[in-house]
Amino acid sequence: MFAKGTKRKFSDPGEEPALGAELGPVVRPLSSTYSLQRQSLLDMSLIKLQLCHMLVEPNLCRSVLIANTVRQIQEEMTQDGTWQIMTQALAAAQCPADRLVATEVLCRPSEALAAAQKEEEEEEVVVAAAMEEDVDSEANPLSSSSFLPAPFGAEPGWEDEEDDSEDEDSEECPSDAEDVPDSRRGDQVFGTFEIKHPAPPPDPALEELFSDVDPSYYDLDTVLTGMQSTPKMGPYDLLDSLSPHAAPALSTGTSCRSDLNELDHIMEIIS
Amino acid sequence: MAGVAGGNDFQWCFSQVKGAIDEDVAEADIISTVEFNYSGELLATGDKGGRVVIFQHEQESKNRPHLRGEYNVYSTFQSHEPEFDYLKSLEIEEKINKIRWLPQQNAAHFLLSTNDKTIKLWKISERDKRAEGYNLKDEDGRLLDPFRITSLRVPVLLPMDLMVEASPRRIFANAHTYHINSISVNSDHETYLSADDLRINLWHLEITDRSFNIVDIKPANMEELTEVITAAECHPHQCNVFVYSSSKGTIRLCDMRAAALCDRHSKFFEEPEDPSSRSFFSEIISSISDVKFSHSGRYMMTRDYLSVKVWDLNMENRPVETYQVHEYLRSKLCSLYENDCIFDKFECCWNGSDSAIMTGSYNNFFRMFDRNTRRDITLEASRESSKPRATLKPRKVSTGGKRKKDEISVDSLDFNKKILHTAWHPKDNVIAVAATNNLYIFQDKIN
Repeated sequence: MFAKGTKRKFSDPGEEPALGAELGPVVRPLSSTYSLQRQSLLDMSLIKLQLCHMLVEPNLCRSVLIANTVRQIQEEMTQDGTWQIMTQALAAAQCPADRLVATEVLCRPSEALAAAQKEEEEEEVVVAAAMEEDVDSEANPLSSSSFLPAPFGAEPGWEDEEDDSEDEDSEECPSDAEDVPDSRRGDQVFGTFEIKHPAPPPDPALEELFSDVDPSYYDLDTVLTGMQSTPKMGPYDLLDSLSPHAAPALSTGTSCRSDLNELDHIMEIIS
Repeated sequence: MAGVAGGNDFQWCFSQVKGAIDEDVAEADIISTVEFNYSGELLATGDKGGRVVIFQHEQESKNRPHLRGEYNVYSTFQSHEPEFDYLKSLEIEEKINKIRWLPQQNAAHFLLSTNDKTIKLWKISERDKRAEGYNLKDEDGRLLDPFRITSLRVPVLLPMDLMVEASPRRIFANAHTYHINSISVNSDHETYLSADDLRINLWHLEITDRSFNIVDIKPANMEELTEVITAAECHPHQCNVFVYSSSKGTIRLCDMRAAALCDRHSKFFEEPEDPSSRSFFSEIISSISDVKFSHSGRYMMTRDYLSVKVWDLNMENRPVETYQVHEYLRSKLCSLYENDCIFDKFECCWNGSDSAIMTGSYNNFFRMFDRNTRRDITLEASRESSKPRATLKPRKVSTGGKRKKDEISVDSLDFNKKILHTAWHPKDNVIAVAATNNLYIFQDKIN
């Protein structure tokens, strides 16, 4: 999906420091360009981590390096306060069905995503009020912060437009973002390499979503958009990488288990 | 133009190219490792399809003594097959990650080849005679009754067409949970080490059902994993010493006499980071993709994404020499991260006298650095410059501003054409360069 060897233009014209260029000391200019680039890098990295699910075991070195990069960005965002702002905004905004809305350049939008973008615009109003800086409508920091716990913790990336899950989500996601101590944020990236490691607290949103399982969710297409490929799992949960489809024990929540078994059953029929 | 090595002006010229010319390259044909044996007589390549091809150096012809002999196919065999790990439901690739030759002790040749999980010891032997004249069978080929044989006839050895046989003598399996990235034969010629992302094992060449774990950096909680082993090598003379490099740009030298488990290093090599050049990609580009001891054993060389560094084993705090391979890529790191090229693992190698080093780059370019004269040269492995004995023209990448004639701009580089594997003949100025599915052999033109 990433065109290898594509001739690329210098990604950063102008005076703003590029992500790959030298950066000054810790206090960085929080220009919107820099923030956007950093955001884009974060989204890109998260997608790369998720796309590690293949038939062959993913390259551990590559995964470690990408995860370290994500951790680094996260730490910087925490330091310059962007992180706290976003998590507060989430709490205030009664965070929606969490999703990863990566930069459009990297994602192939599915119809569901297009539908979801409608409600995204609604949230944005709240977010913009909470944040002082410009927020690009594309690289929605909301999504990334809500997503960040995901490979490390418990968040689905469903592009589902079911808003009735919002109330439950609002409990779940800010608590996820705030209560989870920093050390754990970077966690679960690595699950256990050999044996599948169950993910942490379930997301009630999952219940809603599973209640009307639509096989189209498990298209490779939607997986590639990074919307829903196993958000609860780290890149090393390899048993799940059998197929792009969600694996049986996605969450430890017992309430979800029966739904997941049903899901599994459906997947067997389909494949 | 300036040549490399020896201080004499000599030039590299094309000798041979092996492999198909098609534009459509089959994945299985992509060369994944190249290695000369100790004498340089044999040159082995491994590919993604699990095959090993060995070339042998033919003697110079008397008609053209100024030309070194050519390398021709000596043996081809399937070393590894794809496998399926049923426990994890994952495929195990048959790609040959590394080949290492054993020093020759008799008429046969031995090499170790490895994929992600299994190492195999192969014996390559010649058969050019067969025994004829047995009187043990009748005309129909049935064994005669011993009582019917009344005379003793000694069979005679008659020449036959040369046959080169490769047979697997040892299979060292089930010792690595993670992907093997390195194997290295010890100077005692009895043991060798194999390294994966988190562990290093020591084997005896004769024993396949046991190996000793000598390094283990796996954390108790995998979620705390931030560093992996990227390469390892035995010291060329001291059989108790080995080094391993990490994804954080560090090298650890270990002494096996100190402890059974060498988790504590004897020496720790790391160059302090330049704070002014720190970026989100700093760690990734500092990850070491290859480490090689010099033939003398006094130095070692490491390759990271943008540079090659030579270290004196007696000085841990910084390298003694640093060579920029393709510094013009530093401003493109974001794009290279996006297309995954930033994770490419380039190898590096010394020449026989340790006076020069070589490594690959993109666009089928490869670079050589003369350590004495400090001169460097960029050459290209391409079909265009593949006329017999044609001298290679030095290439240059223009780094902005006006692009001179014959220069190529950074944006025009083909990042799909990467030279990851190169090898230098242990004695002569002959080099082997793997460009995707083609193997180029270059040699110096003796003036």
